[in-house]
Amino acid sequence: MRSENDFEGLRVAITGGTSGLGLALTRLFARSGARVAFVARTAAAVERTAQEIGAHGIVGDVGRKDDIYPIALQILTHLGGPDVLVNNASSLGPVPLALLSDTECEDLEQALAVNVLGAFRLTRALFGALAASARDGRGAVVVNISSDAAVAAYPRWGAYGASKAALRHLTAIWDKEEKDDGVRFLSLDPGDMDTPLHALASPETDPSTLKPPEDAAAEIAEAIRASLRHGREAFRPVGSRA
Amino acid sequence: MIAAQRFDRRGGKLLIVGSDGSMRRAPRTELANLFTPGDLVVANDAATLPASLKGTHVASGAPMEIRLAGWIRLGDPTRFVAVAFGAGDWRTRTEDRPLPPPFAARDRLALGPLHAIIDDVLDHSRLVALRFLGGRDAIVAGLARHGRPIQYAHLPSPLALWDVWTRIAAAPIAFEAPSAGYALDRAMLAAWRERGVGFATLSHAAGLSSTGDSALDRRLPLDEAYRIPARTAAAIARAKAEERRVVAIGTSVVRALEAAADASGVVGAGDGVARGRIARGTSLRVVDALLTGAHQPGESHFELLRAFADDSTLDRMSAAFIAGDFRGHEFGDSALIARAARSSVDRNRYALASAATVE
Repeated sequence: MRSENDFEGLRVAITGGTSGLGLALTRLFARSGARVAFVARTAAAVERTAQEIGAHGIVGDVGRKDDIYPIALQILTHLGGPDVLVNNASSLGPVPLALLSDTECEDLEQALAVNVLGAFRLTRALFGALAASARDGRGAVVVNISSDAAVAAYPRWGAYGASKAALRHLTAIWDKEEKDDGVRFLSLDPGDMDTPLHALASPETDPSTLKPPEDAAAEIAEAIRASLRHGREAFRPVGSRA
Repeated sequence: MIAAQRFDRRGGKLLIVGSDGSMRRAPRTELANLFTPGDLVVANDAATLPASLKGTHVASGAPMEIRLAGWIRLGDPTRFVAVAFGAGDWRTRTEDRPLPPPFAARDRLALGPLHAIIDDVLDHSRLVALRFLGGRDAIVAGLARHGRPIQYAHLPSPLALWDVWTRIAAAPIAFEAPSAGYALDRAMLAAWRERGVGFATLSHAAGLSSTGDSALDRRLPLDEAYRIPARTAAAIARAKAEERRVVAIGTSVVRALEAAADASGVVGAGDGVARGRIARGTSLRVVDALLTGAHQPGESHFELLRAFADDSTLDRMSAAFIAGDFRGHEFGDSALIARAARSSVDRNRYALASAATVE
């Protein structure tokens, strides 16, 4: 059995940290000894979660361009730079879900703004710090939360599915580009979870048939652990002694 | 002159000044191919704080701008050295800005969501020790939301943080951008890595480049805090032991490394403060070459170049900037200047891309 503290000292930033999977991840990492900064839109929810978990809460909307650098500045100041960034915050697009022909352009834009551009912008803003973490031998991992809707064509999931497909491909390319420098990118599909987002998308589903987000968080933490280990072993900066 | 607002990544120019005083022009993208395996490039990974804060002097109600300019203790966001300005903003040349309202120690300032108190007026009437009231997290959140990057009247429109963070920005401690680092991008770092050119970083809290007050400007740069990781100090020691070159990206890196070096040129890891000026006659113990902007005589960074090259070389460099239409502002063109050879042995060891050898 693993120790509760085996992420001791790891610096983790998580978006969408006050509900669902993001909340479960924030709890898991904070409990395991990591230093965690999480981001969410609602000040009251951020404060409540920060107090409950003892993690550092940042109020901001990753779907808004002007919020990204203030968020990044606070993450960097609080953590001294993340070793792990989890782009978890997601937008469904239209709620209730809609056929693409019935989807307003603004709803598609919102899904892309959060799920693709938000993840891209925040990762870009933090990339210098992630690369520095890799150079320091700490490893660096960016996890982009995906979905089976990124791969399969589900009717009424057009805005969400298209945005998650774009994020998945962006993740795959970014990983190829940066792995020689020790920064790894993972696209992880947590499965259908009992979360507020899923309830919004599919209110008729019996929650007891869905995966608890804590289970998905544990799987993601395991993937991060493996990736960090692999990254640290594989990456050796120029000029360092073997 | 109205300057470009964005860094010109593709069209930027580079003037290469060799240790023998030779000069040649190249596209800046050529930086990717310039160094030899084993050389070590050291860059400043400081991210730039939104250090310009608009607000009011509470007692008089008069508008003010505060520009944060130095850490009292590196990383402690509650206390800063700061310069006070009167009404207006960067659109007015600093020299033409109205003076701040009269203020004294213990006066309060309202700076957007932030509240501050003047702890002390330092040895110039516009230079203060400032303390923010409240918890650290709220102070950082307030700075992040309300602060704007410090900028000057030569730019046409307001800067955002994404304009001033370099591609390697990691430590949010600089008050103005370490702008030589704009020249670096991931593709360039990958090219260096491929060719066995080393890369390391330090964090240096680059301060203000101008205040508009001649007495205060003569004192620039103010003391600047820096942090040198053990890994970087070790990489420098290795490069020196193997007689490789250490290339500084920006004058802030020169300040940090030379401040941290002992008499024999060994750079110590850890936190420190760079004080005083590097200028003509300063003996450089660590840095062999410097990438910097196309500075002209009279600018604060230019004096530092006199530690690298003699006056006649710098005169020819200035002339070459003018002849080549080099852009001199922070988003402008670049120069790579090798430290002048001190002896024939030194000349051989440190010959850097002289016109004769490269062309």
